[in-house]
Amino acid sequence: METAPEPGGDVPPKKSKLRVQRKQPTLSSCPQAQDPFPGPAPVPAEAAGKFRRINKSKQLPHAKAQTRSRPHAKAQTRSRLEVAEAEEEETSLRAARSALLLAEEPGFLEGEDGEDTAKVRQADIVEAVDIASAAKHFDLNLRQFGPYRLSYSRTGRHLAFGGRRGHVAALDWVTKKLMCEINVMEAVRDIRFLHSEALLAVAQNRWLHIYDNQGIELHCIRRCDRVTRLEFLPFHFLLATASETGFLTYLDVSVGKIVTALNARAGRLDVMTQNPYNAVIHLGHSNGTVSLWSPALKEPLAKILCHRGGVRAVAVDSSGTYMATSGLDHQLKVFDLRGTFQPLSAQTLPQGAGHLAFSQRGLLAAGMSDVVNIWAGQGKGSLPSLQQPYLTHRLSGQVHGLQFCPFEDVLGVGHSGGITSMLVPGAAEPNFDGLESNPYRSRKQRQEWEVKALLEKVPAELICLDPRALAEVDVATLEQQKKERIERLGYDPEAKAPFQPKPKQKGRSSTASLLKRRKKVLDEEHRDKVRQSLQQQQKQKKAKPEGARPSALDRFVR
Amino acid sequence: MKVKMLSRNPDNYVRETKLDIQRVPRNYDPALHPFEVPREYVRALNATKLERVFAKPFLASLDGHRDGVNCLAKHPKSLATVLSGACDGEVRLWNLTTRKCIRTIQAHEGFVRGICTRFCGSSFFTIGDDKTVKQWKMDGPGSGEEEEPLQTILGKTVYTGIDHHWKEAVFATCGQQVDIWDEQRTSPICSMTWGFDSISSVKFNPIETFLLGSCASDRNIVLYDMRQATPLKKVILDMRTNTICWNPMEAFVFTAANEDYNLYTFDMRALDTPVMVHMDHVSAVLDVDYSPTGKEFVSASFDKSIRIFPVDKSRSREVYHTKRMQHVICVKWTSDNKYIMCGSDEMNIRLWKADASEKLGVLSSREKAAKDYNQKLKEKFQHHPQIKRIARHRHLPKSIYSQILEQRVMKEARRRKEVNRRKHSKPGSVPIVPEKKKHIVAVVK
Repeated sequence: METAPEPGGDVPPKKSKLRVQRKQPTLSSCPQAQDPFPGPAPVPAEAAGKFRRINKSKQLPHAKAQTRSRPHAKAQTRSRLEVAEAEEEETSLRAARSALLLAEEPGFLEGEDGEDTAKVRQADIVEAVDIASAAKHFDLNLRQFGPYRLSYSRTGRHLAFGGRRGHVAALDWVTKKLMCEINVMEAVRDIRFLHSEALLAVAQNRWLHIYDNQGIELHCIRRCDRVTRLEFLPFHFLLATASETGFLTYLDVSVGKIVTALNARAGRLDVMTQNPYNAVIHLGHSNGTVSLWSPALKEPLAKILCHRGGVRAVAVDSSGTYMATSGLDHQLKVFDLRGTFQPLSAQTLPQGAGHLAFSQRGLLAAGMSDVVNIWAGQGKGSLPSLQQPYLTHRLSGQVHGLQFCPFEDVLGVGHSGGITSMLVPGAAEPNFDGLESNPYRSRKQRQEWEVKALLEKVPAELICLDPRALAEVDVATLEQQKKERIERLGYDPEAKAPFQPKPKQKGRSSTASLLKRRKKVLDEEHRDKVRQSLQQQQKQKKAKPEGARPSALDRFVR
Repeated sequence: MKVKMLSRNPDNYVRETKLDIQRVPRNYDPALHPFEVPREYVRALNATKLERVFAKPFLASLDGHRDGVNCLAKHPKSLATVLSGACDGEVRLWNLTTRKCIRTIQAHEGFVRGICTRFCGSSFFTIGDDKTVKQWKMDGPGSGEEEEPLQTILGKTVYTGIDHHWKEAVFATCGQQVDIWDEQRTSPICSMTWGFDSISSVKFNPIETFLLGSCASDRNIVLYDMRQATPLKKVILDMRTNTICWNPMEAFVFTAANEDYNLYTFDMRALDTPVMVHMDHVSAVLDVDYSPTGKEFVSASFDKSIRIFPVDKSRSREVYHTKRMQHVICVKWTSDNKYIMCGSDEMNIRLWKADASEKLGVLSSREKAAKDYNQKLKEKFQHHPQIKRIARHRHLPKSIYSQILEQRVMKEARRRKEVNRRKHSKPGSVPIVPEKKKHIVAVVK
């Protein structure tokens, strides 16, 4: 990264050769006036890289070959791509530069040298921080209606919780203003806010119910029965429900229709989470596998064998890179979700975690019996290191639900003794985007946002593992189209025409010399082909694992 | 222990009074904007649908002529003024703002064959079947004065087309030969011929102003240089070209409207292969005019429709038609790149928007930003099948629709026959001729 010299220093400003030299304006009043920071402000490369959308290393799958009728087709495509890339570069630089304007800094907790942050108690943090932050730590003592599930709204402003014995309440937890409190007179299995804080889905013993923010029952959805877990996909307006009967059902809450009901064929489903990056639903099963589902397919997108024994909890981080799972074998594992599905780290916990949650900045929380452990990585979105916990906290009851509050350094824990709001410095994204989810939005702003969000509701069939796939070239269809076109036309219009030597000067284009020239070119092409195939063979040989022992059967391999 | 909690001051995020606008802090971090591509896709889909919903291109019909409109001319200085000549010899001047006829002249006996304005906009020229070229003042006669031409030239033969030089007091007419006239004289400075046939249209090049192009009924397009006494070169096509139009931005490019339902864009440096063959009309193309940006052109056809083609695409991006519009004889793209005028057989001049879904009037800055954003999105996702289907959908009158189907069948049969012939002949004896070369007979220098 380039560093700019101090403005008031004696050292004359260094002029980098790479920078664009700006012509100094000559002012008559102050002839010595010089810009100490000429040129645009430098941007660190990794900051700009975050905003980059084009992967330059990727080859285009099917660069159109130039033909006789379109001699410049390839060059035109190239130049168009170059322009697009240059624009992209410019945009990413500007976006990175705009990061200077972000107002807030993330929180942190650091021990003095040698001090372990895991030893820091909540009371210590409450004592050390300002009053506004200290007020975010609270305990709701609700022993009567026993273990609680909880859910924060997308803006992080509202909290809803439901107890096993039917107690359902929603409140603005920052001001502690109660929105509604009811008893549904039935066991509550799970609770979830829909797209805004005005709607609340509650999985009750028999059916799925939807309440508004005053506790009025709006819908009773009888097609979703015996629901154990709820997940809401905010950009698709889909409520995914996992039931005891083994069905994963997607309900479109904007029109009230069931999109699909998928039979997972794995018995009772009670471990579910969503991948916030691509809206794929992860289900944990009793045979130790985690299956990935999309409403577009009847079969799982992938199945990952994670544990010996059943899976107890699954969580996926906000960038869709890591998946944490915990099983009956008391293991806590973190998997890489970017293609390989390999475990990156594993840790055996004394009791095994029953609940897992990722924060916006990549902190991992695990609820083990009545203890909550939180692990942190090196920076934002990095792999949490499971060696040493970042924070621990003991609660007054068994943990039953766990969620980090969006845009606040708070972890909400539902347990058999009520609700606890824990302070976790450095958990949340400090700078929210006002047009996406604004914790301070007014009613009017919310209504405005709701209309916009409904207008750009993403269709359910677009859910797949790579959400950017829609912007890429569909190679399979392209190949198919090409084949059909060749069939239709009777010849390949993009085929390279065979070399035809041009007649040269007088005396030099005898038939023999023409033939010779033609042969020369053909031979050269043939040699190229052979060379390429040889190189490919060598590559394949190299790709063989080094450690593999040679087998007696190898002699038959060609 | 060092600790810092995230603690926001609500005053920084909430407006102070109700008179303020709401504060909207932004953070462009992609992690906070998930599903970027699917959401943009949905936005593009919505934008495309809205574009079709708001596609109402027809603005006005100017009626007043008592016979078919045969020719149109733009005023070089005033956007609101348009001139039109009809088949009964009547010339009318129109004000597009008020959509009214401001002046009527009985200019000729028989057809008004051509009309063109002087580059300064002070006067205009008309030619007619009565073998005369007349120059008229753009301003009407004062009260009590007779409507009289400034100048009348009596010719020996019928003139069929006229165009004025873009910078000098020179104009060209065509008939049996191409004549170049000085405005001050009553006989042509020079006459150029190549073969003996009636020449239907002549056009000056707007950039290389000494160049002219003409098309004749013996199927050829001839290029001339005014400074030489002889024509430059000509290209012979399969069928007759009705008119040509030069690209106002690229001096060497012109487009020819042909009887064989196609338009051909030529590079005058290489006439043996047209740069692009524009196919979509189902009947003879009668007139063509470029947009002032030189990126698109509009064509009028005998099939009662007008189409807009991008210069570099072989298929049209837009087709305009109405129930009452008959064979369209002439078409013009206005100089502000916003409107299209067409004159047709049933005596009306119609005014269309060049961009069918464009909102007229002053746009607020937010509207403009939204329009640009939607435009970019549509461009980005234009090849996706859903979006392409909606963007391409046009309602066509039954006659055109059935003719398209019929011609598709004919073309397919011709292609199949050729493939079969190739299959059963000696390899190489039935060569593959690209579509662009098929319609060119010869180039003569």
